[in-house]
Amino acid sequence: MLTLTCPVCGVDACETELAAGGEAHLKRYGPGSTDEQFEDYLFMRPNVKGVHFERWRHAMGCGKWFLAARDTATLEVFGTYAAQTTEPPAEIINAIKAKRPDWSLT
Amino acid sequence: MSTRLETHGRLIDRSTSVKFTFNGKWMPGHAGDTLASALLANDQMLVGRSFKYHRPRGIVASGGEEPNALVNLGRGNRHEPNQRVTTTELVEQMHATSQNHWPSLEFDVGAVNSMVSRFLPAGFYYKTFMFPRAFWKHVFEPVIRQSAGLGAAPHPETRDPDRYEHFYAHVDLVIAGGGMAGLMAALAAGKAGKRVLLVEQSAHWGGRAPVDGDVIDGLPAEDWVKNTVEALEKMENVTLRLRTQLSGVYDHGYALAYERVSDHLDDADAPRHRLWRIRAGQIVAATGGIERPLSFPGNDKPGVMLASAVRDYIVNYGVTPGDRIVVVTNNDDGYRTALTARAAGVEVACVVDPRTEVDGELPQQVRALGVPVKTGSAISKVKGLKRVVSVRVQPFAEDDGSYEEIACDAVAMSGGWSPVVHLWSHCGGKLNWDEAQACFSPDPERPPTNQNGEGFVTCIGTAAGGLTGAEAAKTVADRMRGLDIAADDIAVENASETPLAPVWVMPAYAGAKKRAKMWLDFQNDVKVSDVMLAAQEGYESVEHTKRYTTLGMATDQGKLSNINGLAVLAEALDKGIPQVGTTTFRPPYTPISMGAIAGEAKGDLFQPLRRTPIHDWHEEQGAYMEPVGHWRRPYCFPRDGESHEDAVNREIDATRRSLGLLDASTLGKIIVKGPDAPKFMDMLYTNMMSTLKPGKCRYGLMCNENGFLMDDGVVVRLDEDTFLCHTTSGGADHVHAHMEDWLQCEWWDWQVYTANVTEQWAQIAVVGPNARKLLEKLGGMDVSKDALPFMQMAEGTLGGFDARVFRISFSGELSYEIAVPASQGRAFWDALHEAGAEWNATPYGTEALHVMRAEKGFIMIGDETDGTVIPQDLGLNWAISKKKEDFLGKRGQERTFLASEDRWQLVGLETLDGSVLPDGSYCVAEGTNANGQGNVQGRVTSTYYSPTLARGIAMGLVHKGPDRMGEVVAFNKVDGSTIQAKIVSPVFYDPEGEKQNV
Repeated sequence: MLTLTCPVCGVDACETELAAGGEAHLKRYGPGSTDEQFEDYLFMRPNVKGVHFERWRHAMGCGKWFLAARDTATLEVFGTYAAQTTEPPAEIINAIKAKRPDWSLT
Repeated sequence: MSTRLETHGRLIDRSTSVKFTFNGKWMPGHAGDTLASALLANDQMLVGRSFKYHRPRGIVASGGEEPNALVNLGRGNRHEPNQRVTTTELVEQMHATSQNHWPSLEFDVGAVNSMVSRFLPAGFYYKTFMFPRAFWKHVFEPVIRQSAGLGAAPHPETRDPDRYEHFYAHVDLVIAGGGMAGLMAALAAGKAGKRVLLVEQSAHWGGRAPVDGDVIDGLPAEDWVKNTVEALEKMENVTLRLRTQLSGVYDHGYALAYERVSDHLDDADAPRHRLWRIRAGQIVAATGGIERPLSFPGNDKPGVMLASAVRDYIVNYGVTPGDRIVVVTNNDDGYRTALTARAAGVEVACVVDPRTEVDGELPQQVRALGVPVKTGSAISKVKGLKRVVSVRVQPFAEDDGSYEEIACDAVAMSGGWSPVVHLWSHCGGKLNWDEAQACFSPDPERPPTNQNGEGFVTCIGTAAGGLTGAEAAKTVADRMRGLDIAADDIAVENASETPLAPVWVMPAYAGAKKRAKMWLDFQNDVKVSDVMLAAQEGYESVEHTKRYTTLGMATDQGKLSNINGLAVLAEALDKGIPQVGTTTFRPPYTPISMGAIAGEAKGDLFQPLRRTPIHDWHEEQGAYMEPVGHWRRPYCFPRDGESHEDAVNREIDATRRSLGLLDASTLGKIIVKGPDAPKFMDMLYTNMMSTLKPGKCRYGLMCNENGFLMDDGVVVRLDEDTFLCHTTSGGADHVHAHMEDWLQCEWWDWQVYTANVTEQWAQIAVVGPNARKLLEKLGGMDVSKDALPFMQMAEGTLGGFDARVFRISFSGELSYEIAVPASQGRAFWDALHEAGAEWNATPYGTEALHVMRAEKGFIMIGDETDGTVIPQDLGLNWAISKKKEDFLGKRGQERTFLASEDRWQLVGLETLDGSVLPDGSYCVAEGTNANGQGNVQGRVTSTYYSPTLARGIAMGLVHKGPDRMGEVVAFNKVDGSTIQAKIVSPVFYDPEGEKQNV
C-alpha cells in the first residue's frame, strides 16, 4: 500500500485513492508513424527494476494525474511532479542522483 | 497420562469450571484454559490425523505455530474449520471436533496411506499427472479428494451471523508483541510522547519471561510485567490491545492487525473480530522466537512436544502432558523444561543431549536433582501407536550397537530457537545466517524500506536474534535509540547458556528407513526422506523444493519446519544453509478469519448502490432488478403471475404498438466545454464532431489507442463551445477518466473542461407510435416533426418541467429522450404515466430495451464488442471519418491485421427452425486445430426471442460474414449437436427506418 504525495492537491494519498497509469513520458505516435514506432509507443516497456517514472491519477481525490519517480524494487519515492511535462524536472533528477549516484537518465 | 497438576497454573482460575465437548464427549476445564490445555488436562492426547498419511497426531506447541491440533469449532452457521486449539480460549459450551479422519479419530482407514507411504513420495501429486488421463480422473482424484484437505468447509448457503469491522489507526509506532521486549519498547516510546499501539496476540502480557523465571529490573518477571502494563495504561498516547496479532506488514508502513474482540466473551453487541488497518511511522517487531523440533524417528507421535510448550502447560495451566518425561535437546534452554517438570513434581526419566560436553549452569542444576543426563546420545525410535510408550536411546554420532529403552509417556524436544522474522521479511527485510545459534536473524543493515528509502521495521528482543533474555533486553534500548527514542537499559537476569549443537537429523547415522520416519513438517506430512528425494530429483532451489514437497506451505509458513527443512536440503545438496536460503514469508502470520477481511462489507453494505431518481418507483412496482455497474436497473416489470419472459414480451409489444417508458437516467452524461472542445471531440471520437451544428445529435464511436471500440453514444452539441456526450450506463466514469487522461497528460495546452453530470439529470425515453401525442398532451414545447426532427435537440418546458428533449431512438420507434433535473425526475415520470394512461403507457426494462435494439441491429458495447473488436468489424465504417488526420485509434486500426478483410464481421443470424440460438455459441468450421479442437469461424454476440417477429433472432461475428449473405452455417450447442442458421442483415425490423423518422 504505497503512499504518494499528490502534487496538485498536496495530499499524502494512500494507494487506495490512486489509480496507476503505467510508464510516464511516452511520446505519442499517431497516423504517419512507422509500425516500429507505433509498437514501441503502445507496447514496448522496459519494465525496469529500479528508478522508474510513472503515471498516477488521484482518482478518489482531486482527480488529477501526476507523475512519480519511484524505485520499483525498494519502493523509495524520489518525488512526484506535475503531469504537464515531457521530461522529469531537474529537482527530481537531482533527488534521484542524491540517493542513486550511479543512476543516469538514459 | 496427561493430567492437571495440583499446583502451578498462573493463568487459570481453579474456582471456576467450564464445560466443553470434544467429539461429542463432555469435558471439564477452567476459566483461563486454552482448548489445548483443557484437552491435555483431560488426557486427550490424540487430537487429529495427519494430512497425507492420517497418522495419529497430538498437540505439539502452545501457541500459533501449532501444526497438528486444528479442529472444527462451533456448530451450524458458526461452524469454523481449522481452528488451533492452542490459541483458542476455552469458553462454556464450546464444541470442538477433530478433523481429517474417517470414520473416526480412534479408528481411521486412511491410516493405510501410512503403510503405502512409499507410493506417496515427495511430489506424488505431480507424478500422478504423468499417468494416462483416465487414471487421474477415475483413480487419483477421487482418492485424493476423499483423503486430503483439512477440516470441513461450511455449507455454501451458510450465512455468518456475527459482525466484523475494520478500524483505521495512524500511529508513530506499532509494536507487535507484548512480551518483555515489546513492553520495554512501549514504555520508552510512551515516555517519549510517541503515539504508540502495542498489540499482543495472546490474552496475556509478558510472553515467556514469567514462564522462564527471568528477573527484570530486580523484580520477578510477573511483577515487572504487571507494573509496566499499569504504567502504560496511564499513558494517553499509548493504546494497548490483547488478543491482537500484527498479521501483516505492507508497503510504506502499512500494517494489518487482527483483533479477536469477543470470541472469549458472551457479548452479543461487540463485533467478533476487528481488522486494524494501520499506517505506522515505524513497525517494531517484538515477536519473540519459536522453538524448533528435532528430527528423530517417530517425532510426530502424540506425546512428543516442544520443550517450551511442556513448560508453558505446566507453569501457565497446571497441566503436564505426561507422568514421566524424557527431554531431548541440543541446547541448554531445553534443560529448563526438566527443571520446571521436577519443580511441579513430574518425573523426568532423563535428558538426552547429542552434545558430548554438557556443563552449563542449567544442565548442572538438572544433574544436581539426580536426573540422568545422557550426553552424546540420540533418540532413535519412539514406541507407541496413539501415544508415546517409550523411547530408544542410542549414541548420536556413531552406532556401536548399544541402546537403551526408556519408558516415558511424553517427550519434550528442543532443537534450539529461531527468531520470528516474519514481519521483518513480509516487505523484503533481509536475513543473516547466525552460525552460533543456527538461525536466520534480521540484518539491521538491510531493512524493508519506505517511501523515503529508510527502514520502517525494527526488530527487538528475541526477534532481533538475541536468543537469551539478557541479550534480548539489550537490543531493546539499543534499537529504540536508533529510532531517536531515549530508552533506559533494563537489566535482565537469567541463567547463562552454553552453545547449542546444530543437529538436523538424529541420530546422525540414520539410514533411509529411519529418515522416512522423521517429520520436518507435521502439518503437511513432509519427512526428511521427502526433502532428500526432492534434492535427488534435481530440486535445488528452496522455493521449488517447498512446492514439490509442500514443506512449510499452508498455515505453517516456515514456523516449525523452516530451518530443519533448509538444513536437510542444504546437506543433501552439499551446500551451506545460507547458500540454500530461505523461502518467502508471506502474510498473514497466522490465518485470520474471512469475516475480518470482509469487515462491514456484506449484505446492504457490500457495495455502494447508485439509485436513479426513479429507483424507488421501480421497487414499489416489484420490478425485477439487475445490476448494471453500481446501478440497479429494472430488467422487467412482471405483473401478478407473469413470468419474466412474458413480461418482456408484453413490454415490447406495448411499446411497438403504442407507448413505452424507460428510465434511462443511468446513461452517462459528460459535458465537454471550451474553445478547443471541437478539436478535442474530433480526437476523442472516430466521427467528425466539429462539424456538428448546435442543437443537432450524432451517434459517435470512441476507440482506444489500439483502435478497439470502447464506448458509443449520442453526442449533442449544446452550443458552439459545448458538447454533451452520452456514454453507456456502466461507462461514464471510465470514459470521463479517459478524457481527463488525454486532456491532462497529452493535450494539456488545449482549453477544454469536462464534467461528469450523469447524476444531475433524470432521463426518460418516451417511445412508440403515440410518443408525440403524449408530449403534446403535456404541452409547453413544439415537438412536431418539423420543429424537432430526428437527431435534433430542443430545450423548453414539458407539462411544466424544465426539459431537454432529444429525438433519438434506440428502439427503432418514434422516440424522445427527455432529460429533466434529477430533482424533478420522479415527478416527471409520474406525470408521463398519468398523462399516458390513455395510450396504455407501459414501463419497460433493460431486457425489452436489449431485444428492441437487437431487432434494429444496433450494437451493444460489451455484447458485440469485447475489447478486440474494431468499428469496421461491426459495419460501422460510416461512423469513421476519412477526412480527419488523426483520432484516437486511427493509427491502431491501420495495423495490417486490423485493416485486413480477413476478419470476423457482424451479421444477423436466423435459425432455420425459428428457435433461439444459444448464448455464446460458436459457428463451427471444417477440421480441427493443433490441439485437436474443432475449428470455428464465428460466434454469437447477441441472441433473443423477438416477440415482434415471433422467432429467434441473433447477431454474431462471422468470418467475412457480410460477403456470405444467405449462406447457412452451423452453431454448436452444449450437448454437441448443432443448429443451422442463415446469415442475414443484422437489421431485422424496419430496415428503412420509417418508424423512427416520422
